[in-house]
Parts: sequence; structure tokens; C-alpha cells
Amino acid sequence: MRYQYWDEKTETMPRGELEALQLDALRAAVARALGTTYNAPRLAAAGIRDSSDIRSLDDLRRLPFTTKHDLRESFPYGMLAVPKEEVVRLHASSGTTGVPTTIYFTRKDISRWSSNMARSIFASGCTSADVFQNMITYGIFTGGLGLHYGAEKVGMLVIPAGPGNTPRQFRMMRDYGTTVVHSTPSFLLHVQSKMIEEGIDRADLKLRKAFAGAEPYSEDTRRRIEALLDIDVYNSYGLSEMNGPGVAFECQAKDGMHLWEDGYLAEIVDPDTLEPVPDGTVGELVLTILCREASVILRYRTRDLTAFYTEPCACGRTHRRIHRIKGRTDDMLIINGVNVFPSQIEEVIMSTREAGNNYLIQVEKEGALDRLTVKTEVGPEIFMDDARPLNALRERIRHALQASISINPKVELVESGSLPVAEGKAKRVVDTRPRDV
Amino acid sequence: MDIKQISVFLENNAGRLAKVTRTMADAGINIRAISIADTADFGILRVIVDRPEVAMKALVDDGFTARMTDVLAVEIPDVPGALAQVMELFQQTEVNIEYLYASLKGNRDKAVVIFKVQDIEHGRRIVHEKGLEVLDKF
Repeated sequence: MRYQYWDEKTETMPRGELEALQLDALRAAVARALGTTYNAPRLAAAGIRDSSDIRSLDDLRRLPFTTKHDLRESFPYGMLAVPKEEVVRLHASSGTTGVPTTIYFTRKDISRWSSNMARSIFASGCTSADVFQNMITYGIFTGGLGLHYGAEKVGMLVIPAGPGNTPRQFRMMRDYGTTVVHSTPSFLLHVQSKMIEEGIDRADLKLRKAFAGAEPYSEDTRRRIEALLDIDVYNSYGLSEMNGPGVAFECQAKDGMHLWEDGYLAEIVDPDTLEPVPDGTVGELVLTILCREASVILRYRTRDLTAFYTEPCACGRTHRRIHRIKGRTDDMLIINGVNVFPSQIEEVIMSTREAGNNYLIQVEKEGALDRLTVKTEVGPEIFMDDARPLNALRERIRHALQASISINPKVELVESGSLPVAEGKAKRVVDTRPRDV
Repeated sequence: MDIKQISVFLENNAGRLAKVTRTMADAGINIRAISIADTADFGILRVIVDRPEVAMKALVDDGFTARMTDVLAVEIPDVPGALAQVMELFQQTEVNIEYLYASLKGNRDKAVVIFKVQDIEHGRRIVHEKGLEVLDKF
């Protein structure tokens, strides 16, 4: 296979040079973090008052971890390391409660992110001759704009399609000769089943590649999508705290995702002891972002479980590869590519006066897509012999949930006493989706 | 002059109707009129029974969410046009009806129509003034 590189010098840089570059970037990141109200005292408590206190990459381990809790505590500007005038964009993702996790970008940050994305897209074998249909959510989520900017940088013709509306997606694929799509794996499976239903002839489409991300999926699912749609599928990893997509991406070898180590310092630790695990062992991925000056986040606990590959890749890139994500260390649910914390749902139920204390969150597969159902009980306090207030209550809960978690759940009112009770460690999440990883 | 109706909130699940009727059966309750309203995922069972207090206690003891409501039980001749006449009367006197259901009484040539009206005071007054035959027990 002939491998192509967007930035060959950086992508194939010898490890020693790469690490020297990382050390410089880490010092710069620490210097910026020391200028923030949230991190300066935390770093001082760890004995770091100046970037020169970082003498080697091993000193990374002296820095405190950052968690989602810290991002919430420092909301909105506690971790902002540049004057606000220099910020040109923000992205946000769901927090575990109502406070969103918000990330800021300078113009330079957007440019670095786009370059990382372009590098990722190019590594999968795409070129400026490709027509790219971006079938993922745009807006405040990072997935849409992240790939969009990267694909434009590569010079692809970008169709900012967004998700859903499958018949329209097919029309665009046919009319514009789409060759590459970006989507969640479940939407790709959905597209395939709709293709049969709508009598779309595969021969009329020029599809050759797909980027699949935003939710975990197995190697078997990848093979199934590839066989059904007759395309190559590349795995993509990112999280909004670390810019979004473009943290790690598969090359043409399609065997693990290269984590761009000039932009990120990656550690894999035991989630209980927080000590590093040997390469090849599964642990929690911890990332320090080096390619962003506005929101500096040090040693972020991603809660994603993965492992480093121990062998170098056939493509010649020196940036280490990680395995597809094998699970989470917290209770976050990924529903059709959207991150949802049970605590967000609880918050909505608890702030709805008429809703009972007991609730149940059900996630199941409906065809290829995920279906979220939230059940809440109807007690004697709200049952007045009339269906209309109950229907109104159900709609109100549904709207509030949609506003909070950005996906449209089904809300079911059930009989009092049929759900697990509020006391103790009730099991509030029933996820019956096939375990894919 | 009005009558107690029991409403029970039910999930649209297999076996719930069997369970609720069994609960009443075991308490020795006789159901005189019955209706069920259903929406996408729940239903409301409404019954008129011979001993509403006993039925209510049995249902609550069995974990059902139930409520007693006052309704008007109007007896009308079991002939064409009888219901239309009552409805026209209610329309003229602005007795607004939320729902109704019927029961055959099983003796003579009468039917009983159960009315849930928006304003029960007003409903009572009208049926009294107009001399409709209203049951206070079944």
C-alpha cells in the first residue's frame, strides 16, 4: 500500500524529536495554565510555580488531574488562558448536570484543530478530489464543524448535510457524487437498511469511504458496514474537551487510531490507582492538550477505556496508536452519538414538580438506531381521572429533556410502585443494546 | 343525587386489566358500568360499582392509583332518540360533558348514561330542574 501524509515531517518524526517538541509544548501549556484563576492555585499546591519547574516529560505526573467536575467548577472562564478578545469560537458538550462543558478557541486554535483534522482525513487516503458529505450534527457539538474545517483544508468538496432525513441524504449522494461520508456507525447501518427500503441502487452512488465516530462500535460492526455498503470505514476518536474529533484517527492500515502526539500528551492509567499501566494494558486515557492556547486542560481524565498498541504501524507514522474505545469508567451513555449522563435526566425529573421520585432510563435498539425511554410514575397526587393533564405532563417532561440532553426521548407514564424506589442504590438505567465492544 | 365513579390509572401492559378486575372480584365487588379510555401508553379504567368505598380500599391496598369522582347517572328510556333529547337539553343549558358511557340496567326498558360534566354543581341543578331521572345508587 502507498501511504500518504499531510505533514510527513511531523507524522513520521523520530520519537526523540517528538518528545523534545512535547516537552517544549508542555512547558508552554503550564505557563499559560499558571495564568488562569482556576489552575494557578492548583499547580502551586503541586509545587509548580513556573514552567521551568517542568524539567522532563516525567514531570507531567506532578500535575493535578482535571475532571469534568473541574470544568464545571471553573465555568465559564476559570480556565481561559487568553484575553477574551482573542477568543473566536466556543464549543460545548453536555455536563453531568445543567452546566455545559465549554471550550474556547483562538483563531490559531481553530487552525491547529483544522490541521489535525486535515491530517486525519488525508491519512485515510482521501484527497481534494473527494466529495465529502458530513452527516453529523453541526452546531455547538464539535463533530460537525471539526470534520468540516479539516475536509475543506484538504480541499474536498464539503456538503454540510447534518444528520437525519435519509431520503435527502441519498439524493445528495446521488446528485453531488458523494465519495466520503462522516456519521455515527448506527446511522451508517440505518442508511444501509433505508437504501434497500427505498430501492436505491448502490451502483448509482460513488461512495468509497466513511468516517465513523462519536459512539463506540466493534470491529464486527465495522466489517458489517463495510460489507453491506461496500466502502472502507475508518474509526475516529475525539472528545469536545480535547477539541472534538481529530485527537486520534485511523490511517489507511485501518488498524488502530494514531493519536497525534504533537498535539496531545497521552497517558493510560489504572482508573482506581491512577498509576500508569504498561503499554498494551487497558486503562483510562488521560490527555493533556498541547495544541490549544485558549482553554488549557492538563491531564484530563477522559473516562474512556483503551490501550496503546505496542508495535509500530506499517504506515511509518511514529505517533502511537490506541485501540478502539472499550468502555467508560463512569455512567455516561452514548445515544445515537450524543453523550448523556443519567444525572442530567434525573435533574429534569426532580425539577418537574408533578413527577414522582422514581424514574427509569431505558436505552434500546430500534432498528439500527438507539431509542431512549424515560419512565416516571403517576401517583395519587397527580392522577385526577383525566388523561389531559397527564398527557400535558408527559409532553412537558419530554420538552425539558430534549432541551437538556439534545435528543428526543420517549416519555412513559407508568403505574405507581412499578419502578425501583428512590432510596438506596436503585438501578435506574437499563441498557439493552447489544454489547458491541 | 350523584354517584361515585372510580377511575384507575393503568399502564398499557398485558395483564393489567385482568389484575384490576381480579382485585375487585376478590373484594366481592359487582361492576355495574365500565369504560376504558386509552392513550398511547396508558389507560384510564372507569367503573361504577355497588360498593365504591370497599372497591376503592381494595384497589389502593393492591397498589393501584385510583380516584373517586362524582358523576351523574341519568336513566333514560331504551328507545331511539332518548339520548339525543338529553344531549340537546344539556347543550341548551350549557352542561359541558367531558365524557360519557352507558350501561344497560338489565330490568325494564331503561338504559343508564353516566355523565362526567365539567361543573358538577351546575349539572346537578339542571337535571333536578328538568326532572330527569337520576340514580343515586346502582
